[in-house]
Amino acid sequence: MATDAVLREVKLTLPLDANMEIAASKTAMAMAEMMSMGTDRIDEVRMAVVEACINAIEYSRAEDGKVHLTFEVLGADATDPRVLRITVRDSGVGFAPEGVEEPRIEQKLTSENKRGWGLKIIRGLMDDVEIESGAGGTSIVMTKARADDGPGSDAGVAGEG
Amino acid sequence: MSESLKIQVERRDGLAVIYTEGYINNQGGEEIARAANELILDGHKVLLLNLQGTKIVNSIGISILIEIIEKMLEIDGKLAFCCLTPTIEKTFHIMGLAQYAGIYGDEAVAVDEMRGGGAEGGAAEDSAAKA
Repeated sequence: MATDAVLREVKLTLPLDANMEIAASKTAMAMAEMMSMGTDRIDEVRMAVVEACINAIEYSRAEDGKVHLTFEVLGADATDPRVLRITVRDSGVGFAPEGVEEPRIEQKLTSENKRGWGLKIIRGLMDDVEIESGAGGTSIVMTKARADDGPGSDAGVAGEG
Repeated sequence: MSESLKIQVERRDGLAVIYTEGYINNQGGEEIARAANELILDGHKVLLLNLQGTKIVNSIGISILIEIIEKMLEIDGKLAFCCLTPTIEKTFHIMGLAQYAGIYGDEAVAVDEMRGGGAEGGAAEDSAAKA
C-alpha cells in the first residue's frame, strides 16, 4: 500500500477561551472543502473538531493557555487528496483515555453530571481516532476520508496516526 | 464572529414549538432550557424543538437538552426534535437521545405524531428523518 504524503498543512494555535472552537471548525471546513469532501462529512469533521477543542478548553488546564491544531490533507499526489488528518494538542494535565467511562444515556438522564460525551461523539463521527495523553498533555489525532467509499476510504494514512 | 443562539417560541393548541437559530453551546442550551421551563410552568407537556436554523451544536449544549428530556420524563410529557442536519441527527443517535425523544425530518409530521400520541415516550421513528 502506498504511503500518502502531506499535500497541504495548516497550523492553528488558539487560546483556551470559550467559542474558540468555532474558529477551529471553520478552518476544518475550509480544508475539507479544498479537498472536495461532501457536505455531510464536512459537518461531521467540524463537530468532531469542536468537541476536541472543547475537551482542551474545559479540561486541559494547560499552562500556556493554548490549544494547537494541525490540519493535514493527505494523498498520493495533489490531484488525489484522500484523507483529512487533524491533530488537536494541548500541554495540559492529561488524562487516562482508557479510564474514561463510556457515557450511557440511561445513566446520564438520572445523573447530576450529564456531560462527558466528547470522546464518544468524536469516535462516532470520524473514521479513525487516536488519543495519547499523559503528564505532557493530550493529543487527539483524527482522520476522515474524503469520500465514504472509493479511493479515499482505504487510504493508507502516513505516520503514527 | 457571532454564533449566539436566537430562539422563538410558538404556542399552539396543546403543543409548543421552540425554534432555534445559531450555535447550541452552553449558553444556547441554557436559553432553550429557560424557554422550555417557562412552557412547562405554563402547563405545556408537549414540546417540539425545531432546529432548522442550527447547523452546529456541542456536547455541552446537548447535555442541557438531556436535562430538558429528564424534566419531560418526570412530568410524563413529550419532547421531540425536528429538522435536524444529518450530522446533528447522527450525533443524537450516537448519544442515544433518540430512545427518549422523537426525531422527525419535518415539523408537520412531528406535530401530527405528537398530537396523535405517535411519539409516546419520545421514542418515535420517522423514516423522513433518515432520508
